[in-house]
Amino acid sequence: MNFVALRMLTGDRAKYLGLIFAIAFSTFLLENQTSIFAGIMRRTGSQIEDVTDADVWVMDPATKYFEETKALKDTDLLRVRGVPGVEYAVRLFKAQPVARTSKGNFSAAVMLGVDDATLIGAPRKILLGSWERLREPDSVVLDQAGYNLLFPGEPLEIGRTLEMNDHLVRIVGISDASAPFASFPILHARYSEGLTFLGRERSQMSFVLARPKPGITPKELTRRIHDATGLKARTRNEFRWDCIHYYMENTGIPVNFGITISIALLIGLVVSGQTFYLFTVENLKQFGALKAIGVTNAGLIGMILLQALTVGFIGYSLGTGMAATFFEIFSHKMATRGIILMWETVVGVALLMLFVVIAASLLSIRRVLVLEPAAVFRG
Amino acid sequence: MKLPSSIDAVRCRDLQKHFGTGEAQVHVLRGVNFSARAGELTFLVGPSGCGKTTLISVIAGLLDPAAGEVELFGEQTARLSPAERVLFRRRNLGFVFQQYNLLPALTASENAAVPLLAAGVKHAEAVDRARALLVKLGLERRLNAMPRELSGGQQQRVALARALVHEPRLIVCDEPTAALDHATGESVMELLSGSAVHPERAVIVVTHDNRVFRHADSIAHMDDGRITHIEQRTPALREN
Repeated sequence: MNFVALRMLTGDRAKYLGLIFAIAFSTFLLENQTSIFAGIMRRTGSQIEDVTDADVWVMDPATKYFEETKALKDTDLLRVRGVPGVEYAVRLFKAQPVARTSKGNFSAAVMLGVDDATLIGAPRKILLGSWERLREPDSVVLDQAGYNLLFPGEPLEIGRTLEMNDHLVRIVGISDASAPFASFPILHARYSEGLTFLGRERSQMSFVLARPKPGITPKELTRRIHDATGLKARTRNEFRWDCIHYYMENTGIPVNFGITISIALLIGLVVSGQTFYLFTVENLKQFGALKAIGVTNAGLIGMILLQALTVGFIGYSLGTGMAATFFEIFSHKMATRGIILMWETVVGVALLMLFVVIAASLLSIRRVLVLEPAAVFRG
Repeated sequence: MKLPSSIDAVRCRDLQKHFGTGEAQVHVLRGVNFSARAGELTFLVGPSGCGKTTLISVIAGLLDPAAGEVELFGEQTARLSPAERVLFRRRNLGFVFQQYNLLPALTASENAAVPLLAAGVKHAEAVDRARALLVKLGLERRLNAMPRELSGGQQQRVALARALVHEPRLIVCDEPTAALDHATGESVMELLSGSAVHPERAVIVVTHDNRVFRHADSIAHMDDGRITHIEQRTPALREN
């Protein structure tokens, strides 16, 4: 009876298309909003993720997330280095200077001062120039998005200058640093130089980056550092999640996205549920006739589930296609780079839509099961 | 089980059926004794609300009687489990409804093939068999028409094909001519008596339409939930 079920479904074009579009738009909204939300949350830890040479981040116990740090003392670096199991430990400086171009464009930027000797703390992705050139005096590496912001419409080239705190600095490389939470340019400099670009503040060591010796896990090292120094030590992954949790708990972002996601889910459930139910109710006489003819209840349930799963599958596929197209377009834009359609979202929404169509079909199934086949004789 | 012609294919004994409870209870069947023979066209007639439709619903196993028993081809249907009853109905019964109840999304051939599809016959074979039957019923030019493209008489012929396609042993027709004009109703009855009546098949027709009584082999008159009398029609009577 699969053939009959599908023909019944597609025979009523208006309802059939209505069901598909309700599920498609619900899917699109859910996948779109959850992926953007996850992408934005992921951005809160972008600069942590970019540092691949250190597994452990050490910070003042009062520091809760990457953007807002309480300075460590210079001696803290030595204390961390003295902890058994530390392979190496270097300092990292983070600040927010204002960078100006000769044409007058300016922007607040994220300045990261990496270890002078090893350059540990810099991401390894560079598009133009080289990290080694950071060793030159008054030099910085700027990320591509920051470059486009400060030098709009101009081709990528090194050698341009920026002015920070009355210092003229030269761009010696263009990096492909991950997008930060706020769309500020990302500047990397040597630690010793970064301090001078900032101005008033001095000796602002934000973090110590450490790597455990072979055989010691990052988690174990964080415990040892904390026990030995009283400082807060987190693995890279833990610190990323700390940042995400901070934004989840202290901003309105989850609520805003949560409302949109809830509405998308509600629309999916109510509109598709109601349309599907009405579709079944309008076909009750046909279902009654089939029952009288000898189609079993199991057969009728199979027909309704097939109808529901068919519209669910087509609607979900269309919605996922729309979401994929959206992210394909916007992931190439500088402002939305790194925000992608996550496979977890695709799988999660698939399960959610399965729930929606099953829930929608349950009411219809109930209606058909309690239908007396003798009703078909009543005109 | 094959039945010799002209013996009772359907037997009802002391059938009772009521709807509702307490003071609102309505007794629709009040001890009905009824039989229909294989190879005959049995009409069930009577005023509206006398219980005709309830009686055929009980005979067809679509409703359970409050008391009494129904025997179809020697099988007491009350003894069958609900699932067995559905299978019994699928194999042995065909239905013609007053409002045709064709599936609007299926063509005439596909509609006529539904009982075969329900029985698990492959789509192509089922539709081929249905087409052959529709050709016999004079619908060779409307095989792929949708129900909305068919006249009332054509739709009822498709419904008749649907009732016959799986070669059931009992066909139950509820007011098959009620929605048709006289000429079309007459042609549907001609087809019914010509195609449906078979030595091993009983046909029960519920009708108000006394213009088609001439097709009946026997007429059971019903009133107030009881069979009041049964007319056996000889060929001569039918001619008159």
